[in-house]
Amino acid sequence: MRILVVEDDAVLLDGLKVGLGLSGFTVDTVATLADATEALAADRFDAVVLDRMLPDGSGLEVLACLRERGDRTPVLLLTAKDETADRIDGLDAGADDYLGKPFDLDEVAARLRAITRRSEGRARPELRCGTIVLDPAGMAARKGGEPVPLSRREFSILRALMESPGMIHSKQALEQRLYGWQEDVESNTVEVHVHKLRAKLGAASIETIRGVGYRMGKSE
Amino acid sequence: MSSIRLRLIVILLATTGAVWCCAVFWTYLSTQHQVERVLDARLTEAARMVSSLITDHHIDVAAAVEAATAGDVPPEFTVAEGDYNRQLSCQIWSLQGQLVSRSASAPATSLADHDKGFRETTIKGERWRVYAVINPTLGVRVLVGDSLEMRDRLVGDVVKGQLVPALAILPVLAALLWLSVDRGLAPLNRIASALSGRSADELHPVGEDGAPREIRPLLRSLNSLFGRVTQARERERTFIAYAAHELKTPLAGLKTQAQVALRSDDAAVRETALGHISTSVDRTGRLVRQLIDMAAVDSAEADRAREAIDVAAAMREVSADLENLGIARNVSVDIHAGVTVGRASLNRMLLHLAVRNILENAIQHAPAGSHVDLIVERDGTKLRIEVVDQGAGMTPAQSRHLVGRFNRGSRGGEGTGLGLSIVEMAIQKLGGELAFDQRANGFAVRVSVPAGWLAEQAR
Repeated sequence: MRILVVEDDAVLLDGLKVGLGLSGFTVDTVATLADATEALAADRFDAVVLDRMLPDGSGLEVLACLRERGDRTPVLLLTAKDETADRIDGLDAGADDYLGKPFDLDEVAARLRAITRRSEGRARPELRCGTIVLDPAGMAARKGGEPVPLSRREFSILRALMESPGMIHSKQALEQRLYGWQEDVESNTVEVHVHKLRAKLGAASIETIRGVGYRMGKSE
Repeated sequence: MSSIRLRLIVILLATTGAVWCCAVFWTYLSTQHQVERVLDARLTEAARMVSSLITDHHIDVAAAVEAATAGDVPPEFTVAEGDYNRQLSCQIWSLQGQLVSRSASAPATSLADHDKGFRETTIKGERWRVYAVINPTLGVRVLVGDSLEMRDRLVGDVVKGQLVPALAILPVLAALLWLSVDRGLAPLNRIASALSGRSADELHPVGEDGAPREIRPLLRSLNSLFGRVTQARERERTFIAYAAHELKTPLAGLKTQAQVALRSDDAAVRETALGHISTSVDRTGRLVRQLIDMAAVDSAEADRAREAIDVAAAMREVSADLENLGIARNVSVDIHAGVTVGRASLNRMLLHLAVRNILENAIQHAPAGSHVDLIVERDGTKLRIEVVDQGAGMTPAQSRHLVGRFNRGSRGGEGTGLGLSIVEMAIQKLGGELAFDQRANGFAVRVSVPAGWLAEQAR
């Protein structure tokens, strides 16, 4: 799951990037309002972690801009201003959730999972496709009740595929989910990971649509 | 005496008492005078009467004496009738010194030995006032006298008659005064109970309507104090909210990095996180110090705590304060204090904090290996301080943005804004001006403050 973190404090930004990365998120970071606006216009993110106060303006401006153009990307507002009135302001401006500083890294991750689940219209926290069950919180998969160990990248690809099981995901789209801006994309990685996933979950678990991409296989 | 009620009652009783005493004394004097006049007249009259009666031989000597001395007491002095009976004594002496006759109340010895007029004598311990007249026809001396004790008693009775009711009234008067003072102090009690019923947050002004004119100035001062306290509390509240807010972001950074360090299996990731924590703690420490400085500047009153400052020495002190930062950043500070700079009367803390924060920012932003110039000059009545670094500096828009953050309640990124807010506030309190200047040789912050130069100390 790819998220954008907008925060101007360098130490906090780095902590969020590394910490959320450990929780299985692919994290891109920007420190200013201008960069955030640009990133949100150029790329699609599964969620945005937005600091309310930025050196060049208020995070609420980006939020308003985002909602104005009909973008429904879930947004988690982070802020040092933690009074009821501020929370109401933030939520009314279009934020999906609100977290006061200082916060717990696990809580940020949990809230991100919660707001993405809501935006995807799912009721259950786990993703299911046939006998395959994916638990985003535990970064674990089960097939027929048996746990299947997955690497971070394998997990990310499986998650992307399982979020919309009927849809075909292009290799590029999956690469975007897999890598942040700062990371070099290795060629053939998606193929490599899909290959490993098939080995763990069964050959029919992921279909290859030649020349287009991948999608989840029909239930076995 | 701290009780107004007690003080008022004592004052009122004392003045009333004094007035009474004066009145009694005056009555005493005037009564004494009247008694003397009236009784002397009677003595004279009685003596003449005796003398003329015996001359005319109308009656014998003894009868004449009785007739003269049995006269009625003047009605105004008949306080206790029995006491004043038989008060006149009469003696008739031949000119050869033989007692011819005397009244019953008169002593056997001569009342006096003078020939004519009044005299006071003492016979057997009793004082007498005696009037003498000589009857040349019969060759006798007529003496009529009365006891002075009697006269004193008469006067004493009159004074007593005035004092007794006055003393009887005194407790009643005291009680009445007590009640009146109580009524008089009622508005004060009302205000006191209204104030004591307040909680610490109720700092609204006390209503002056209906308050007596005498306590209005007190109420006005009290209300003005309430106003100042409210303002101070408001400032404090804003400051605490600001400080808490300012600290939350670095705390969030610390916590996040700590969680990363705890969670990661990768030694490199852990090391980086711990490095971040260490830097962040330093930065947060500086932030806390700046917040404390800001509180100090905010509550400082520039004119209250002026002292004579050796300006050049003060600058060296500031520079010494920042020595460690300079070493860490490999930036040196050169102080250029002009020869005319001497001693000025200024608020030391405000000057120190202003210069230190400017200098700290300069060191923070100067490139490693460069130097920061601290130039101090005397500019007429003003003290001019200039800090020039070789860093990138700020655009005018940035500098406008940075200064005054505290007042707008927004947040200062790296603590720079907070430092400049402290500078701005301190300079404002010193009554000076702050300016930024982007030059070819670097970025300059200029401060100009009115200095009370101490002429006799100037070098």
